[in-house]
Amino acid sequence: MSYSKPKFKEKYGNFINGKFVDPVDGEYFDNPSPIDNSLIAKYPRSKKEDVDNAVAAANAAKEAWGNTPAANRAALLNKVADIIEENLEEFALVETCDNGKAIRESINADVPLAVDHWRYFAAVIRAEEGSATELDENTLSLNIKEPLGVIGQIIPWNFPLLMLSWKLPPALAAGNCVVLKPAEQTPSSATLLMEKIADVFPPGVINVIHGFGPEAGKPLASNPGVDKVAFTGETTTGQLIMQYASKNLNPVTMELGGKSPNIFFNSVMDEDDAFLDKAIEGAVLFAFNQGEVCTCPSRILVQEDIYNKFMERVVARTKAIVQDNPYDLNTMMGAQASNDQQEKILSYIKIGKEEGAKVLAGGEACSLSGDLANGNFIQPTILEGHNKMRVFQEEIFGPVVCVTKFKDEAEALEIANDTLYGLGAGVWTRDAHQLYQIPRAIKAGRVWVNCYHAYPAHAPFGGYKKSGFGRENHLMMMNYYRQNKNMLISYDKNKLGFF
Amino acid sequence: MEIKRVDITEEATALVKKLQGMHGELIFHQSGGCCDGSAPMIFEKGDMYLDDSDVLLGEIAGVNFYMNIDQYKYWKHTFLTVDITEGRGSSFSLEIPLGYRFIVHSRLMTDKESALMNGR
Repeated sequence: MSYSKPKFKEKYGNFINGKFVDPVDGEYFDNPSPIDNSLIAKYPRSKKEDVDNAVAAANAAKEAWGNTPAANRAALLNKVADIIEENLEEFALVETCDNGKAIRESINADVPLAVDHWRYFAAVIRAEEGSATELDENTLSLNIKEPLGVIGQIIPWNFPLLMLSWKLPPALAAGNCVVLKPAEQTPSSATLLMEKIADVFPPGVINVIHGFGPEAGKPLASNPGVDKVAFTGETTTGQLIMQYASKNLNPVTMELGGKSPNIFFNSVMDEDDAFLDKAIEGAVLFAFNQGEVCTCPSRILVQEDIYNKFMERVVARTKAIVQDNPYDLNTMMGAQASNDQQEKILSYIKIGKEEGAKVLAGGEACSLSGDLANGNFIQPTILEGHNKMRVFQEEIFGPVVCVTKFKDEAEALEIANDTLYGLGAGVWTRDAHQLYQIPRAIKAGRVWVNCYHAYPAHAPFGGYKKSGFGRENHLMMMNYYRQNKNMLISYDKNKLGFF
Repeated sequence: MEIKRVDITEEATALVKKLQGMHGELIFHQSGGCCDGSAPMIFEKGDMYLDDSDVLLGEIAGVNFYMNIDQYKYWKHTFLTVDITEGRGSSFSLEIPLGYRFIVHSRLMTDKESALMNGR
């Protein structure tokens, strides 16, 4: 079954204070689809004044929203979930058109997961409680969670609706108002969502502004009217945002890059069964979302005694990836999100080859015919080499995996941890001891054990090392969007006696 | 003799000149991973806090090119050439509103360059 490009209006506005408004200076930018580089629509090229308007609207709304009963906030989050679910196909098509990903992924992963994140945080605020501790017979310590106020959120282009749904629901559930800036490569699904939920929240609770990083992102990240900035992106911008936050003494959360190892111990090949089949798919998951995932399992580490047999099957499975029209449900891998992204990936493949990496699969751009000839496609690529090569150390953010072998557990861990990053990792084994000990020894915030690329709403996600700090998803996320009010109450009628 | 570690193409030089006209003094910083990362980013001088953890690789088109020292350890055996490509990123890099991205091409250092770098 195949879909086609969805219909769009000629241009869209920013969503500020409950309605769509034109950018103050009237400038727009063209947003092309990476599938065929055709125009999707024009989006506002916002500047500081637009950001200031959005921040002012959020500040005006924060008092009332922060005092809205949890039951009411939860009901509205659930309403959003229902609206996305009722329009699942429409959201999936817009996502595929804007980002380039295969429709089978947006229909089966991006959009249903987004729905679940809204529902999860709606449920969380109904069930959680503060704390009360009797410190002595006359003294009570009450901990009340209060919202921070206004949150600035800057999200990436790889999972536009899902990343929005990782960030908005917990911030709103905690009682904050939000100014969200989608990536300029993928403004469409956030805009579609605002169209569908324009009347759900009181004006000013959610504001969405579009534009370029230096013109709109920076004024948001450095805005004194914002109480916290949550950012998903790369290290240099992360550092800048922390710098700006330091001027306002604001907290930040950072979800930055990764170079995640996916480790296969020899026991995976003890049997030729369903589990081995799962493990081989687990290795090929580097191609999921065209490799544009911060946790892309971009380094495969295989124990040397199974290396040849195992890689033979991984290469065969990789070569069987169907790369074609992203709107076709049979297509497994779509287009890279932008032209410059494609260029960057190709330049990495080139330096990989120069450094002596051997190409086991792919290694080039992928030429498709018709309109797709203008799209940004890259073949799923496997490079064999060693961990000191730059392709093993840098996040390529494309369908390129680097594979190397290891002798024993110690060497597997040495290679796995020899990286600047610590976001994700995968461990595959049938050995009960390895199942626990290896994940504990890997310096990463999320270790998938005998699975990969699962992102349930109730499992915390976040990085070690240069992959950032703070966590997303899970109940614990709420505390990244709140502050603690401690009320220390004395029921003692007697004075201290000092004065 | 100082070893050259980074260069810039004519097209990229022209874009840098244009940005200098718009923003004044600039610096390049090579970013690390994720989404728009692994790309050279250009900022107004003084916008980004730099210290001993940033290695100065050289000056190109009148702009200092820096990289975090931890990252440099993995990059130092390669020679970098800053170029441009049409496109768009969501970082704060100043060229983005103009419809271009800076991009870095890499090649291995020659034996002679490596020897010079290692002080031999």
